[in-house]
Amino acid sequence: MIQAIAFYIFASVVIASGAMTILSRNPVHSVLWLILAFFNAAGLMLLIGAEFIAMLLVIVYVGAVAVLFLFVVMMLDIDFAELRAGVSRYLPFGLLIALVLLAEIVLAIGVWNFADIGPDTRLAQIDPSVPNIEAVGRALYDRYLLIFEGAGIVLLVAMVGAIVLTHRERSGVRPQNVSKQIKRRPEEATRNTNPEVGKGIEL
Amino acid sequence: MTAFFESLGMTYEWAWFIATVCGILLIALPLMLAVAMIIYADRKIWAAMALRRGPNVVGPFGLLQSFADGLKVFLKETIIPTSANRGLFLIAPIITFTVALIAWAVIPFSETAVLANINVGLLYILAASSLGVYGVVIAGWASNSKYPFYSALRAAAQMVSYEVSIGFVLLAVVMYAGSFNMQTIITGQQGHIFGFINAYGFNPLLFPMAVVFLISSMAETARAPFDLTEAESELVAGYQTEYSSMSFALFWLGEYGNVILMCALNAVLFWGGWLPPVDWAPLYYIPGIVWFFLKIWCFFFIFSWVKATVPRYRYDQLMRLGWKVFLPLSLIFVFLISGWLMLTRYDPPPASVTNDNQDLRWVICDGGGLVEPDPECADQEPAG
Repeated sequence: MIQAIAFYIFASVVIASGAMTILSRNPVHSVLWLILAFFNAAGLMLLIGAEFIAMLLVIVYVGAVAVLFLFVVMMLDIDFAELRAGVSRYLPFGLLIALVLLAEIVLAIGVWNFADIGPDTRLAQIDPSVPNIEAVGRALYDRYLLIFEGAGIVLLVAMVGAIVLTHRERSGVRPQNVSKQIKRRPEEATRNTNPEVGKGIEL
Repeated sequence: MTAFFESLGMTYEWAWFIATVCGILLIALPLMLAVAMIIYADRKIWAAMALRRGPNVVGPFGLLQSFADGLKVFLKETIIPTSANRGLFLIAPIITFTVALIAWAVIPFSETAVLANINVGLLYILAASSLGVYGVVIAGWASNSKYPFYSALRAAAQMVSYEVSIGFVLLAVVMYAGSFNMQTIITGQQGHIFGFINAYGFNPLLFPMAVVFLISSMAETARAPFDLTEAESELVAGYQTEYSSMSFALFWLGEYGNVILMCALNAVLFWGGWLPPVDWAPLYYIPGIVWFFLKIWCFFFIFSWVKATVPRYRYDQLMRLGWKVFLPLSLIFVFLISGWLMLTRYDPPPASVTNDNQDLRWVICDGGGLVEPDPECADQEPAG
């Protein structure tokens, strides 16, 4: 019973905060609702026994991706009136995309339900004695090793590409040389003088 | 504890529910007391290093100072700035406080005393600590004020930066322990060095990781010398500037709760958790929780010591330390440790494992005369 209660709480919060993400007028509120949705989705993952996926969802999406979202959205100077004016213009496109996505989901589930798929192949065989970190690790580093490493290289290339595209050489800047700063001693930078009274020092 | 409540005639579900609630209270309430005492200890250590006396008026040796402060903030008026975003402004300290408490669910206090002995314990800690930044960011933004906002941006950048190297450090420990479960990590440290010292920290491959983790945990909790988020000479009080009364106190409780948590994590990951420091039978008569508290206390002393002696970092130095020093260092050590473990601990996979994945086995059928072809290729035509 506790599981059922928890499921309905998580599921309704996910849906409600998903709706609030697109309905709230302030973009920062949108991001915060999105974070709530991620968090509750992690709760749903826990309920079906996928604790590893749940933790990764929180660490990656809530802990890193959403922080950067929030960071960017908070710093934007947003004109709310302009933002609201745009809604009516983009609403048809938004609805169209939503309809296409809905149709695809309905189609996929329909095919799934009525197609001639045996019960064995519908669900992956799960060995309950193996913790799911181990199961995921076996699949990733054994069966799909090359594909997994390929994905890693694609991400690396994307990172390098982003740096190459945005990096520009600026002339006339004097970047810090940290090791030089640390090596500097008082003797190199200061000088003890004992000037006569009223003479001052020559710089 | 579940069994006890079941014996009172409850169903298993309810017994489990009530036992868990009791467990939560058993951890959270002493933790609040510990926070009060640790704030007192922090002030005393700090005072002693500055040749002052510290709190010494309320109660014997000033022991009740924290409670007096708590009572004072409790009786103050909560002021909400008119231009603040009301809901978020009030929810921010609650988030900080709650997140500081939830991570304690997986910390083992002794061999049996742990609320949730889950097999993704360390990931849970990482998840909880990555949530910690939200309290600060939301507080800074909702205050609708200049300095809190700067503080929020600094906090977001700082915590994301240091989480990366913390992640790699945890990975190194997980590779040694072979599990994300906190109890397995602790028991894996039993007699790790020469068969009698219970600590990963003395392992030459893990010692640099322990140092990186100690420093990163100071940065992660925004403790001095990394307290750029509340640098009083630049940002007044940072994200706490607009807060008063209990909402301010919740930030404090959460902050110190996080500090104790990080001390506990240092103890669990590298210095044996509830195990005695040396694997010697008579030491096991002392309950594990005593050893654990002693270790937490040692780390807290180091935190206080650093706070009292090290001047605050500049922001660019902070970022440089995180991204240019700790990240490459921890990455190199993850590489070294995994290589060392492959060399010493793991045998090549048994034949049965390889045969399961026939489709992905790499069979050398034409070595070009350099390599002997695999016997499996006997029935195949050599390429070319």
